[in-house]
Amino acid sequence: MTKVLMKGNEALAEGALLAGCRAFFGYPITPSSEIAEYMARKMPKMGRTFLQAESELAAINMVYGAAATGNRVMTASSGPGISLKQEGISFLAEAELPSLIVNISRGGPGLGGIQPAQSDYFQATRGGGHGDYHIIVLAPSGVQEMMDFAMQGFDLADHYRIPVMIMAEGTLGQMMEPIIVREPVTDLPPKPWATTGCKGRKPNIINTLHLSPEFLEERNLHLQHKYKLIQEREAKAETFMVEDADLVVAAFGLMSRIAKRAVMDARQKGIKVGLIRPVTLWPFPEKAFQEAAEHVSKFLSVEISMGQMVEDIRLAVNGRVPVEFYGRIGLIPNPEEITRQIMKIAQQEGWV
Amino acid sequence: MKVVAQRPESLTDAPFHYCPGCTHGIIHRLVAECLDELNLREQAIGICPVGCAVLAYDYFNCDMLEAAHGRAPAIATGIKRLLPDRLVFTYQGDGDLASIGMGEIVHASGRGENITVIFVNNAIYGMTGGQMAPTTLLGQVTTTSPYGRTAEQAGYPLKMAELLAQNQGAAYICRTAVNNPANVMRTKKAIKKAFQTQMQAKGFSMVEILSTCPTNWGLSPLEALEWLEKNMIPYYPLGEFKVS
Repeated sequence: MTKVLMKGNEALAEGALLAGCRAFFGYPITPSSEIAEYMARKMPKMGRTFLQAESELAAINMVYGAAATGNRVMTASSGPGISLKQEGISFLAEAELPSLIVNISRGGPGLGGIQPAQSDYFQATRGGGHGDYHIIVLAPSGVQEMMDFAMQGFDLADHYRIPVMIMAEGTLGQMMEPIIVREPVTDLPPKPWATTGCKGRKPNIINTLHLSPEFLEERNLHLQHKYKLIQEREAKAETFMVEDADLVVAAFGLMSRIAKRAVMDARQKGIKVGLIRPVTLWPFPEKAFQEAAEHVSKFLSVEISMGQMVEDIRLAVNGRVPVEFYGRIGLIPNPEEITRQIMKIAQQEGWV
Repeated sequence: MKVVAQRPESLTDAPFHYCPGCTHGIIHRLVAECLDELNLREQAIGICPVGCAVLAYDYFNCDMLEAAHGRAPAIATGIKRLLPDRLVFTYQGDGDLASIGMGEIVHASGRGENITVIFVNNAIYGMTGGQMAPTTLLGQVTTTSPYGRTAEQAGYPLKMAELLAQNQGAAYICRTAVNNPANVMRTKKAIKKAFQTQMQAKGFSMVEILSTCPTNWGLSPLEALEWLEKNMIPYYPLGEFKVS
Protein backbone atom coordinates (compact mmCIF):
# COMPACT_ATOMS: atom_id res chain seq x y z
CA MET A 1 0.00 0.00 0.00
CA THR A 2 1.20 3.51 -0.80
CA LYS A 3 2.46 5.49 2.09
CA VAL A 4 1.92 9.22 2.53
CA LEU A 5 4.28 11.57 4.35
CA MET A 6 2.29 13.35 7.04
CA LYS A 7 2.85 15.56 10.06
CA GLY A 8 1.64 14.05 13.35
CA ASN A 9 -0.96 16.73 14.07
CA GLU A 10 -2.34 16.46 10.55
CA ALA A 11 -2.42 12.66 10.64
CA LEU A 12 -4.41 12.86 13.85
CA ALA A 13 -6.82 15.39 12.35
CA GLU A 14 -7.23 13.28 9.20
CA GLY A 15 -7.80 10.17 11.34
CA ALA A 16 -10.56 11.98 13.19
CA LEU A 17 -12.20 12.95 9.89
CA LEU A 18 -11.94 9.37 8.63
CA ALA A 19 -13.62 8.25 11.85
CA GLY A 20 -16.58 10.51 11.06
CA CYS A 21 -15.79 13.50 13.27
CA ARG A 22 -18.57 16.02 12.45
CA ALA A 23 -17.34 18.99 14.44
CA PHE A 24 -14.15 20.47 15.82
CA PHE A 25 -14.07 23.23 18.42
CA GLY A 26 -10.71 24.62 19.44
CA TYR A 27 -8.59 27.49 20.58
CA PRO A 28 -5.07 28.14 19.22
CA ILE A 29 -2.12 26.96 21.29
CA THR A 30 1.36 25.74 20.39
CA PRO A 31 2.19 22.95 19.65
CA SER A 32 -1.33 21.71 18.80
CA SER A 33 -2.59 24.47 16.48
CA GLU A 34 -2.02 22.53 13.25
CA ILE A 35 -4.90 20.26 14.20
CA ALA A 36 -7.29 23.23 14.28
CA GLU A 37 -5.75 24.67 11.12
CA TYR A 38 -6.13 21.37 9.27
CA MET A 39 -9.76 21.12 10.37
CA ALA A 40 -10.41 24.75 9.38
CA ARG A 41 -9.23 23.95 5.85
CA LYS A 42 -10.94 20.59 5.46
CA MET A 43 -14.18 20.54 7.42
CA PRO A 44 -16.18 23.32 5.71
CA LYS A 45 -15.53 21.67 2.34
CA MET A 46 -16.88 18.40 3.73
CA GLY A 47 -20.03 20.06 5.08
CA ARG A 48 -18.79 19.60 8.63
CA THR A 49 -18.38 22.11 11.44
CA PHE A 50 -15.17 23.87 12.37
CA LEU A 51 -15.46 26.63 14.94
CA GLN A 52 -12.71 28.58 16.64
CA ALA A 53 -14.03 29.14 20.13
CA GLU A 54 -13.41 32.28 22.19
CA SER A 55 -11.76 30.25 24.93
CA GLU A 56 -10.82 26.73 25.95
CA LEU A 57 -13.80 26.75 28.30
CA ALA A 58 -16.15 27.58 25.46
CA ALA A 59 -14.49 25.01 23.19
CA ILE A 60 -14.98 22.11 25.59
CA ASN A 61 -18.57 23.18 26.28
CA MET A 62 -19.28 23.37 22.56
CA VAL A 63 -17.97 19.80 22.47
CA TYR A 64 -20.45 19.02 25.26
CA GLY A 65 -23.38 20.39 23.28
CA ALA A 66 -22.28 18.89 19.98
CA ALA A 67 -21.58 15.47 21.55
CA ALA A 68 -25.08 15.61 23.05
CA THR A 69 -26.51 15.62 19.51
CA GLY A 70 -25.02 12.14 19.05
CA ASN A 71 -22.31 13.15 16.62
CA ARG A 72 -18.59 12.40 16.81
CA VAL A 73 -16.91 15.63 17.90
CA MET A 74 -13.57 16.72 19.27
CA THR A 75 -11.25 19.41 20.53
CA ALA A 76 -7.47 19.70 20.73
CA SER A 77 -5.15 21.77 22.85
CA SER A 78 -2.01 21.65 24.92
CA GLY A 79 -1.14 21.76 28.67
CA PRO A 80 -2.40 25.19 29.79
CA GLY A 81 -5.43 24.86 27.53
CA ILE A 82 -6.18 21.36 28.79
CA SER A 83 -6.13 22.73 32.35
CA LEU A 84 -8.84 25.21 31.36
CA LYS A 85 -10.90 22.42 29.82
CA GLN A 86 -10.99 20.37 33.01
CA GLU A 87 -14.34 21.77 34.15
CA GLY A 88 -15.92 20.62 30.91
CA ILE A 89 -14.18 17.24 30.95
CA SER A 90 -15.60 16.50 34.41
CA PHE A 91 -19.09 17.34 33.08
CA LEU A 92 -18.54 15.21 29.96
CA ALA A 93 -17.46 12.29 32.13
CA GLU A 94 -20.54 12.44 34.34
CA ALA A 95 -22.95 13.14 31.48
CA GLU A 96 -21.27 10.17 29.72
CA LEU A 97 -20.87 12.10 26.50
CA PRO A 98 -18.50 10.41 24.04
CA SER A 99 -15.89 12.88 22.86
CA LEU A 100 -12.27 13.10 21.78
CA ILE A 101 -9.86 15.46 23.53
CA VAL A 102 -6.31 15.81 22.26
CA ASN A 103 -3.39 17.05 24.36
CA ILE A 104 -0.31 17.75 22.24
CA SER A 105 1.65 18.19 25.38
CA ARG A 106 4.30 20.67 26.41
CA GLY A 107 6.20 21.29 29.62
CA GLY A 108 4.70 23.02 32.65
CA PRO A 109 3.91 24.05 35.29
CA GLY A 110 2.38 27.42 34.49
CA LEU A 111 2.94 28.59 30.98
CA GLY A 112 6.04 26.38 31.00
CA GLY A 113 7.52 26.02 27.56
CA ILE A 114 6.57 24.76 24.14
CA GLN A 115 9.01 21.86 24.13
CA PRO A 116 7.58 18.34 24.19
CA ALA A 117 6.82 16.89 27.59
CA GLN A 118 4.90 14.17 29.40
CA SER A 119 4.29 16.12 32.56
CA ASP A 120 0.49 16.19 32.11
CA TYR A 121 0.42 12.46 32.94
CA PHE A 122 -1.06 12.95 36.41
CA GLN A 123 -3.69 15.35 35.08
CA ALA A 124 -4.69 12.96 32.29
CA THR A 125 -4.74 9.72 34.26
CA ARG A 126 -6.33 10.97 37.50
CA GLY A 127 -9.37 12.49 35.84
CA GLY A 128 -8.00 16.01 35.96
CA GLY A 129 -11.08 17.89 37.09
CA HIS A 130 -13.35 17.62 40.14
CA GLY A 131 -15.08 14.41 41.19
CA ASP A 132 -14.40 10.68 40.95
CA TYR A 133 -13.91 9.97 37.30
CA HIS A 134 -11.49 8.73 34.70
CA ILE A 135 -11.12 9.20 31.00
CA ILE A 136 -9.44 6.77 28.64
CA VAL A 137 -5.96 8.05 27.73
CA LEU A 138 -4.14 6.77 24.65
CA ALA A 139 -0.47 7.53 24.06
CA PRO A 140 0.63 7.16 20.43
CA SER A 141 4.31 6.62 19.69
CA GLY A 142 4.41 7.58 16.02
CA VAL A 143 2.56 9.40 13.27
CA GLN A 144 0.74 6.24 12.12
CA GLU A 145 -0.67 5.85 15.61
CA MET A 146 -1.68 9.52 15.67
CA MET A 147 -4.10 8.60 12.90
CA ASP A 148 -5.04 5.16 14.19
CA PHE A 149 -5.61 6.22 17.79
CA ALA A 150 -7.82 9.11 16.70
CA MET A 151 -10.02 6.53 14.99
CA GLN A 152 -9.87 4.01 17.83
CA GLY A 153 -10.43 6.82 20.31
CA PHE A 154 -13.83 7.62 18.80
CA ASP A 155 -14.78 3.93 18.86
CA LEU A 156 -13.86 3.62 22.53
CA ALA A 157 -15.65 6.88 23.34
CA ASP A 158 -18.87 5.69 21.69
CA HIS A 159 -18.66 2.17 23.07
CA TYR A 160 -18.19 3.20 26.70
CA ARG A 161 -19.84 6.64 26.51
CA ILE A 162 -16.72 8.26 27.87
CA PRO A 163 -14.38 11.13 26.92
CA VAL A 164 -11.18 9.78 25.40
CA MET A 165 -7.92 11.69 25.45
CA ILE A 166 -5.02 11.28 23.09
CA MET A 167 -1.91 12.51 24.81
CA ALA A 168 1.12 12.94 22.57
CA GLU A 169 4.31 14.85 23.14
CA GLY A 170 4.63 18.05 21.10
CA THR A 171 7.32 16.34 19.03
CA LEU A 172 4.82 13.78 17.77
CA GLY A 173 2.51 16.53 16.66
CA GLN A 174 5.26 18.31 14.80
CA MET A 175 7.25 15.50 13.18
CA MET A 176 6.59 13.82 9.83
CA GLU A 177 6.60 10.10 9.03
CA PRO A 178 5.29 8.02 6.14
CA ILE A 179 1.96 6.43 7.04
CA ILE A 180 -0.80 4.35 5.52
CA VAL A 181 -4.01 6.36 5.34
CA ARG A 182 -6.92 4.28 6.65
CA GLU A 183 -10.33 3.72 5.09
CA PRO A 184 -13.15 6.00 6.27
CA VAL A 185 -15.57 4.63 8.84
CA THR A 186 -19.14 4.47 7.58
CA ASP A 187 -21.04 2.48 10.14
CA LEU A 188 -21.56 4.48 13.31
CA PRO A 189 -23.46 3.26 16.38
CA PRO A 190 -26.94 4.68 17.10
CA LYS A 191 -27.25 7.03 20.10
CA PRO A 192 -30.84 6.93 21.33
CA TRP A 193 -29.92 9.05 24.36
CA ALA A 194 -28.98 12.09 22.24
CA THR A 195 -30.83 15.39 22.62
CA THR A 196 -32.03 16.03 19.09
CA GLY A 197 -35.60 17.18 19.68
CA CYS A 198 -38.19 14.79 21.10
CA LYS A 199 -40.22 14.11 17.95
CA GLY A 200 -41.85 10.70 18.31
CA ARG A 201 -40.34 9.90 21.71
CA LYS A 202 -40.14 11.07 25.32
CA PRO A 203 -37.78 13.99 26.01
CA ASN A 204 -34.14 13.12 26.63
CA ILE A 205 -32.32 14.88 29.45
CA ILE A 206 -28.56 15.25 29.77
CA ASN A 207 -27.56 16.51 33.18
CA THR A 208 -24.98 16.07 35.91
CA LEU A 209 -26.84 17.45 38.94
CA HIS A 210 -27.95 14.80 41.42
CA LEU A 211 -29.34 16.37 44.56
CA SER A 212 -30.47 13.09 46.09
CA PRO A 213 -27.48 11.72 48.06
CA GLU A 214 -28.53 8.15 47.28
CA PHE A 215 -28.79 8.83 43.57
CA LEU A 216 -25.45 10.65 43.51
CA GLU A 217 -23.84 7.57 45.04
CA GLU A 218 -25.66 5.34 42.57
CA ARG A 219 -24.32 7.44 39.67
CA ASN A 220 -20.80 7.20 41.05
CA LEU A 221 -21.09 3.44 41.49
CA HIS A 222 -22.31 3.19 37.91
CA LEU A 223 -19.24 5.10 36.69
CA GLN A 224 -16.92 2.98 38.81
CA HIS A 225 -18.46 -0.17 37.42
CA LYS A 226 -17.83 1.11 33.90
CA TYR A 227 -14.24 2.06 34.77
CA LYS A 228 -13.59 -1.42 36.17
CA LEU A 229 -14.84 -2.95 32.95
CA ILE A 230 -12.57 -0.67 30.93
CA GLN A 231 -9.60 -1.58 33.16
CA GLU A 232 -10.25 -5.26 32.56
CA ARG A 233 -10.73 -4.98 28.82
CA GLU A 234 -8.82 -2.05 27.45
CA ALA A 235 -5.49 -1.81 29.30
CA LYS A 236 -2.82 -2.17 26.64
CA ALA A 237 0.97 -2.37 26.59
CA GLU A 238 3.67 -3.33 24.13
CA THR A 239 6.57 -5.38 25.38
CA PHE A 240 10.02 -5.78 23.87
CA MET A 241 12.60 -8.37 25.00
CA VAL A 242 10.97 -8.64 28.41
CA GLU A 243 10.90 -12.49 28.62
CA ASP A 244 14.49 -13.00 29.84
CA ALA A 245 15.08 -9.48 31.16
CA ASP A 246 16.72 -8.66 34.48
CA LEU A 247 15.86 -5.00 34.03
CA VAL A 248 12.80 -3.52 32.35
CA VAL A 249 12.71 0.02 31.10
CA ALA A 250 9.25 1.63 30.96
CA ALA A 251 8.43 4.51 28.66
CA PHE A 252 5.37 5.71 26.73
CA GLY A 253 4.73 7.78 23.64
CA LEU A 254 7.58 8.88 21.45
CA MET A 255 9.83 8.44 24.48
CA SER A 256 9.29 4.68 24.19
CA ARG A 257 10.97 4.66 20.77
CA ILE A 258 13.98 6.51 22.15
CA ALA A 259 14.10 4.11 25.10
CA LYS A 260 13.88 1.13 22.74
CA ARG A 261 17.08 2.25 21.05
CA ALA A 262 18.81 2.40 24.44
CA VAL A 263 17.50 -1.08 25.28
CA MET A 264 19.00 -2.44 22.04
CA ASP A 265 22.32 -0.69 22.74
CA ALA A 266 22.45 -2.16 26.24
CA ARG A 267 21.59 -5.62 24.90
CA GLN A 268 24.66 -5.35 22.66
CA LYS A 269 26.64 -4.65 25.80
CA GLY A 270 25.33 -7.92 27.20
CA ILE A 271 22.73 -6.53 29.61
CA LYS A 272 19.45 -8.44 29.76
CA VAL A 273 17.12 -5.48 29.48
CA GLY A 274 13.63 -5.16 28.03
CA LEU A 275 11.00 -2.52 27.48
CA ILE A 276 7.36 -2.09 28.45
CA ARG A 277 5.50 0.63 26.62
CA PRO A 278 2.08 1.48 28.06
CA VAL A 279 -0.20 2.22 25.12
CA THR A 280 -3.12 3.15 27.35
CA LEU A 281 -2.06 5.42 30.21
CA TRP A 282 -5.50 5.02 31.75
CA PRO A 283 -6.35 2.24 32.19
CA PHE A 284 -2.74 1.60 33.20
CA PRO A 285 -1.52 -1.78 31.91
CA GLU A 286 -0.67 -3.11 35.38
CA LYS A 287 -0.60 -6.75 34.27
CA ALA A 288 2.40 -6.26 31.98
CA PHE A 289 4.38 -4.93 34.94
CA GLN A 290 3.09 -7.54 37.38
CA GLU A 291 4.08 -10.35 35.03
CA ALA A 292 7.53 -8.86 34.47
CA ALA A 293 7.93 -8.38 38.23
CA GLU A 294 8.00 -12.19 38.52
CA HIS A 295 11.50 -12.30 37.05
CA VAL A 296 13.08 -8.84 36.78
CA SER A 297 15.12 -7.34 39.59
CA LYS A 298 14.44 -3.74 38.71
CA PHE A 299 12.28 -1.36 36.67
CA LEU A 300 13.46 1.95 35.27
CA SER A 301 10.80 4.47 34.26
CA VAL A 302 12.04 6.97 31.71
CA GLU A 303 9.83 10.01 31.23
CA ILE A 304 9.86 13.55 29.91
CA SER A 305 8.77 14.76 33.33
CA MET A 306 10.03 14.83 36.88
CA GLY A 307 8.50 11.41 37.55
CA GLN A 308 4.81 10.68 37.17
CA MET A 309 4.17 7.30 35.49
CA VAL A 310 6.76 5.88 37.89
CA GLU A 311 4.10 6.10 40.60
CA ASP A 312 1.73 3.85 38.66
CA ILE A 313 4.48 1.29 38.12
CA ARG A 314 5.20 1.31 41.86
CA LEU A 315 1.49 0.84 42.58
CA ALA A 316 1.32 -2.00 40.05
CA VAL A 317 4.29 -3.94 41.45
CA ASN A 318 3.42 -3.03 45.03
CA GLY A 319 6.92 -3.13 46.49
CA ARG A 320 7.94 -6.48 45.01
CA VAL A 321 10.60 -4.94 42.77
CA PRO A 322 12.36 -1.58 43.11
CA VAL A 323 11.35 1.02 40.51
CA GLU A 324 13.89 3.66 39.55
CA PHE A 325 13.31 6.82 37.60
CA TYR A 326 15.13 8.89 35.03
CA GLY A 327 13.58 11.94 33.44
CA ARG A 328 14.14 15.40 32.11
CA ILE A 329 11.84 18.27 31.33
CA GLY A 330 12.39 20.92 28.70
CA LEU A 331 14.85 18.50 27.15
CA ILE A 332 14.22 14.94 26.02
CA PRO A 333 16.36 12.09 27.38
CA ASN A 334 18.48 10.76 24.50
CA PRO A 335 19.42 7.10 23.92
CA GLU A 336 22.97 7.57 25.25
CA GLU A 337 21.71 9.05 28.51
CA ILE A 338 19.27 6.18 28.98
CA THR A 339 21.96 3.60 28.14
CA ARG A 340 24.17 5.22 30.79
CA GLN A 341 21.34 4.86 33.33
CA ILE A 342 20.94 1.20 32.35
CA MET A 343 24.69 0.56 32.69
CA LYS A 344 24.72 2.32 36.07
CA ILE A 345 22.04 -0.06 37.32
CA ALA A 346 23.91 -3.01 35.73
CA GLN A 347 27.03 -2.06 37.70
CA GLN A 348 25.11 -1.64 40.96
CA GLU A 349 23.53 -5.05 40.44
CA GLY A 350 26.87 -6.65 39.55
CA TRP A 351 25.82 -7.65 36.04
CA VAL A 352 28.97 -6.16 34.52
CA MET B 1 -67.39 21.87 29.88
CA LYS B 2 -65.18 24.32 28.08
CA VAL B 3 -61.47 24.35 28.99
CA VAL B 4 -60.39 27.95 29.53
CA ALA B 5 -56.92 27.37 30.93
CA GLN B 6 -54.62 24.37 31.07
CA ARG B 7 -51.02 23.42 31.46
CA PRO B 8 -49.08 23.93 28.22
CA GLU B 9 -47.93 20.70 26.63
CA SER B 10 -44.38 22.03 26.81
CA LEU B 11 -44.48 21.89 30.61
CA THR B 12 -44.38 18.63 32.56
CA ASP B 13 -46.70 18.13 35.54
CA ALA B 14 -43.78 18.32 38.03
CA PRO B 15 -44.50 20.94 40.70
CA PHE B 16 -42.08 23.90 40.57
CA HIS B 17 -39.59 24.09 43.42
CA TYR B 18 -39.42 27.89 43.27
CA CYS B 19 -40.02 30.03 46.37
CA PRO B 20 -43.45 31.60 46.89
CA GLY B 21 -43.74 34.77 44.83
CA CYS B 22 -40.74 34.01 42.62
CA THR B 23 -41.49 34.87 39.00
CA HIS B 24 -39.50 31.99 37.44
CA GLY B 25 -42.73 30.00 37.32
CA ILE B 26 -44.45 32.67 35.21
CA ILE B 27 -41.50 32.83 32.83
CA HIS B 28 -41.36 29.03 32.50
CA ARG B 29 -45.03 29.06 31.56
CA LEU B 30 -44.54 31.83 29.01
CA VAL B 31 -41.67 29.95 27.34
CA ALA B 32 -43.79 26.78 27.27
CA GLU B 33 -46.82 28.60 25.84
CA CYS B 34 -44.66 30.04 23.07
CA LEU B 35 -43.23 26.60 22.24
CA ASP B 36 -46.79 25.22 22.08
CA GLU B 37 -48.21 28.07 20.01
CA LEU B 38 -45.35 27.94 17.51
CA ASN B 39 -45.58 24.14 17.46
CA LEU B 40 -41.88 23.86 18.33
CA ARG B 41 -41.87 21.53 21.35
CA GLU B 42 -40.63 18.50 19.41
CA GLN B 43 -37.86 20.48 17.73
CA ALA B 44 -36.80 22.33 20.85
CA ILE B 45 -33.61 21.69 22.79
CA GLY B 46 -33.22 23.73 25.96
CA ILE B 47 -30.20 24.34 28.17
CA CYS B 48 -30.56 25.05 31.88
CA PRO B 49 -28.11 27.20 33.81
CA VAL B 50 -26.52 26.78 37.19
CA GLY B 51 -28.72 28.78 39.53
CA CYS B 52 -32.34 28.61 40.64
CA ALA B 53 -33.45 27.32 37.23
CA VAL B 54 -30.94 24.46 37.24
CA LEU B 55 -33.81 21.99 37.56
CA ALA B 56 -35.74 23.44 34.61
CA TYR B 57 -35.05 20.17 32.77
CA ASP B 58 -37.67 18.65 35.09
CA TYR B 59 -40.25 21.23 34.01
CA PHE B 60 -39.84 21.71 30.27
CA ASN B 61 -41.37 18.85 28.33
CA CYS B 62 -38.76 18.84 25.56
CA ASP B 63 -35.15 17.67 25.16
CA MET B 64 -33.07 19.41 27.82
CA LEU B 65 -29.46 19.72 28.94
CA GLU B 66 -27.95 21.19 32.03
CA ALA B 67 -24.83 23.30 31.68
CA ALA B 68 -21.87 24.19 33.85
CA HIS B 69 -22.10 27.67 35.37
CA GLY B 70 -22.25 30.25 32.58
CA ARG B 71 -21.51 27.86 29.72
CA ALA B 72 -25.02 27.44 28.33
CA PRO B 73 -24.40 29.62 25.24
CA ALA B 74 -21.35 27.50 24.32
CA ILE B 75 -23.36 24.29 24.70
CA ALA B 76 -26.19 25.82 22.67
CA THR B 77 -23.62 26.71 20.00
CA GLY B 78 -22.39 23.11 19.83
CA ILE B 79 -25.96 21.83 19.43
CA LYS B 80 -27.13 24.45 16.96
CA ARG B 81 -24.12 24.06 14.68
CA LEU B 82 -24.91 20.37 14.26
CA LEU B 83 -28.70 20.65 14.29
CA PRO B 84 -29.36 24.00 12.60
CA ASP B 85 -33.06 23.33 12.00
CA ARG B 86 -33.89 22.80 15.69
CA LEU B 87 -34.95 25.49 18.13
CA VAL B 88 -32.15 25.85 20.65
CA PHE B 89 -32.65 28.04 23.72
CA THR B 90 -30.81 28.73 26.94
CA TYR B 91 -32.48 29.80 30.17
CA GLN B 92 -30.02 31.73 32.33
CA GLY B 93 -29.92 33.91 35.41
CA ASP B 94 -27.88 37.04 35.98
CA GLY B 95 -24.98 35.46 37.88
CA ASP B 96 -24.73 32.72 35.28
CA LEU B 97 -25.01 34.93 32.19
CA ALA B 98 -23.54 38.27 33.23
CA SER B 99 -20.77 37.13 35.57
CA ILE B 100 -19.19 33.71 35.13
CA GLY B 101 -20.67 33.28 31.66
CA MET B 102 -19.85 36.74 30.30
CA GLY B 103 -17.36 35.39 27.78
CA GLU B 104 -19.76 32.81 26.39
CA ILE B 105 -22.73 35.18 26.04
CA VAL B 106 -20.77 38.03 24.44
CA HIS B 107 -19.15 35.74 21.88
CA ALA B 108 -22.33 33.81 21.10
CA SER B 109 -24.04 37.11 20.31
CA GLY B 110 -20.98 38.40 18.48
CA ARG B 111 -20.97 35.34 16.22
CA GLY B 112 -24.64 35.87 15.57
CA GLU B 113 -25.17 32.36 16.89
CA ASN B 114 -28.70 31.49 15.87
CA ILE B 115 -29.94 30.65 19.36
CA THR B 116 -32.38 32.23 21.81
CA VAL B 117 -31.43 33.26 25.32
CA ILE B 118 -34.04 33.71 28.03
CA PHE B 119 -32.19 35.88 30.53
CA VAL B 120 -33.84 36.14 33.93
CA ASN B 121 -32.47 39.18 35.76
CA ASN B 122 -33.43 39.40 39.43
CA ALA B 123 -30.38 41.39 40.50
CA ILE B 124 -29.13 38.74 42.92
CA TYR B 125 -27.70 35.21 43.20
CA GLY B 126 -30.75 33.24 44.29
CA MET B 127 -29.73 29.62 44.67
CA THR B 128 -26.53 30.28 46.60
CA GLY B 129 -28.43 32.40 49.10
CA GLY B 130 -28.59 36.02 48.05
CA GLN B 131 -25.11 37.19 47.11
CA MET B 132 -24.32 40.24 44.98
CA ALA B 133 -24.74 39.77 41.23
CA PRO B 134 -23.28 41.86 38.41
CA THR B 135 -26.81 43.24 38.02
CA THR B 136 -27.28 44.09 41.72
CA LEU B 137 -28.30 47.75 41.96
CA LEU B 138 -26.27 50.41 43.74
CA GLY B 139 -27.33 50.52 47.36
CA GLN B 140 -28.91 47.06 47.20
CA VAL B 141 -28.19 44.93 50.25
CA THR B 142 -27.06 41.35 49.61
CA THR B 143 -25.11 38.89 51.75
CA THR B 144 -21.87 39.94 50.04
CA SER B 145 -22.78 43.64 49.92
CA PRO B 146 -24.20 43.78 53.46
CA TYR B 147 -23.90 47.60 53.64
CA GLY B 148 -25.39 48.07 50.18
CA ARG B 149 -23.54 47.87 46.89
CA THR B 150 -21.25 50.84 46.33
CA ALA B 151 -19.72 51.89 43.03
CA GLU B 152 -16.37 52.45 44.78
CA GLN B 153 -16.16 48.89 46.04
CA ALA B 154 -18.05 46.84 43.43
CA GLY B 155 -18.52 49.04 40.37
CA TYR B 156 -21.76 49.47 38.48
CA PRO B 157 -24.52 47.04 37.54
CA LEU B 158 -24.21 45.71 33.99
CA LYS B 159 -26.87 46.37 31.39
CA MET B 160 -26.73 43.23 29.32
CA ALA B 161 -29.45 43.99 26.78
CA GLU B 162 -27.80 47.31 25.86
CA LEU B 163 -24.35 45.69 25.83
CA LEU B 164 -25.29 42.81 23.53
CA ALA B 165 -27.47 44.94 21.25
CA GLN B 166 -24.25 46.62 20.06
CA ASN B 167 -23.10 43.37 18.47
CA GLN B 168 -23.80 43.10 14.78
CA GLY B 169 -24.61 39.42 15.21
CA ALA B 170 -27.49 40.19 17.57
CA ALA B 171 -30.79 40.06 15.66
CA TYR B 172 -33.32 40.56 18.42
CA ILE B 173 -32.65 42.00 21.87
CA CYS B 174 -35.46 43.01 24.18
CA ARG B 175 -35.93 43.75 27.88
CA THR B 176 -39.24 43.08 29.55
CA ALA B 177 -40.53 42.54 33.09
CA VAL B 178 -43.07 40.25 34.72
CA ASN B 179 -44.23 42.58 37.48
CA ASN B 180 -47.82 43.03 36.22
CA PRO B 181 -50.19 41.32 33.76
CA ALA B 182 -49.53 43.81 30.95
CA ASN B 183 -45.78 43.26 31.23
CA VAL B 184 -46.28 39.51 31.42
CA MET B 185 -48.13 39.64 28.09
CA ARG B 186 -45.38 41.83 26.60
CA THR B 187 -42.81 39.32 27.80
CA LYS B 188 -44.65 36.50 26.08
CA LYS B 189 -44.76 38.49 22.87
CA ALA B 190 -41.01 39.13 23.10
CA ILE B 191 -40.21 35.45 23.72
CA LYS B 192 -42.31 34.49 20.73
CA LYS B 193 -40.57 37.07 18.58
CA ALA B 194 -37.17 35.78 19.72
CA PHE B 195 -38.10 32.20 18.82
CA GLN B 196 -39.38 33.36 15.45
CA THR B 197 -36.17 35.30 14.87
CA GLN B 198 -34.27 32.07 15.38
CA MET B 199 -36.56 29.97 13.20
CA GLN B 200 -36.09 32.53 10.45
CA ALA B 201 -32.31 32.08 10.94
CA LYS B 202 -31.76 35.80 11.53
CA GLY B 203 -29.18 35.39 14.26
CA PHE B 204 -28.80 35.74 18.01
CA SER B 205 -31.86 36.62 20.07
CA MET B 206 -32.23 37.42 23.76
CA VAL B 207 -35.07 38.47 26.01
CA GLU B 208 -33.89 39.93 29.29
CA ILE B 209 -36.69 39.55 31.80
CA LEU B 210 -36.70 41.55 35.02
CA SER B 211 -37.80 39.11 37.69
CA THR B 212 -38.28 39.04 41.45
CA CYS B 213 -36.55 37.22 44.28
CA PRO B 214 -38.74 37.87 47.33
CA THR B 215 -36.79 35.42 49.49
CA ASN B 216 -33.37 36.96 49.00
CA TRP B 217 -34.63 40.50 48.65
CA GLY B 218 -36.28 40.05 52.06
CA LEU B 219 -39.66 41.22 50.77
CA SER B 220 -43.16 39.79 50.46
CA PRO B 221 -44.16 38.72 46.93
CA LEU B 222 -46.25 41.87 46.46
CA GLU B 223 -43.53 44.16 47.87
CA ALA B 224 -41.06 42.47 45.54
CA LEU B 225 -43.18 43.32 42.50
CA GLU B 226 -43.31 46.94 43.67
CA TRP B 227 -39.55 46.99 44.34
CA LEU B 228 -38.91 45.71 40.82
CA GLU B 229 -41.03 48.49 39.33
CA LYS B 230 -39.59 51.26 41.47
CA ASN B 231 -35.94 50.28 41.43
CA MET B 232 -35.14 47.95 38.56
CA ILE B 233 -37.16 49.42 35.69
CA PRO B 234 -35.66 52.93 36.05
CA TYR B 235 -32.13 51.48 35.80
CA TYR B 236 -32.99 48.71 33.33
CA PRO B 237 -35.38 50.37 30.86
CA LEU B 238 -37.85 48.09 29.12
CA GLY B 239 -38.16 47.84 25.36
CA GLU B 240 -36.64 46.46 22.21
CA PHE B 241 -32.97 47.34 21.74
CA LYS B 242 -32.43 45.53 18.47
CA VAL B 243 -34.90 44.23 15.91
CA SER B 244 -33.96 42.87 12.54
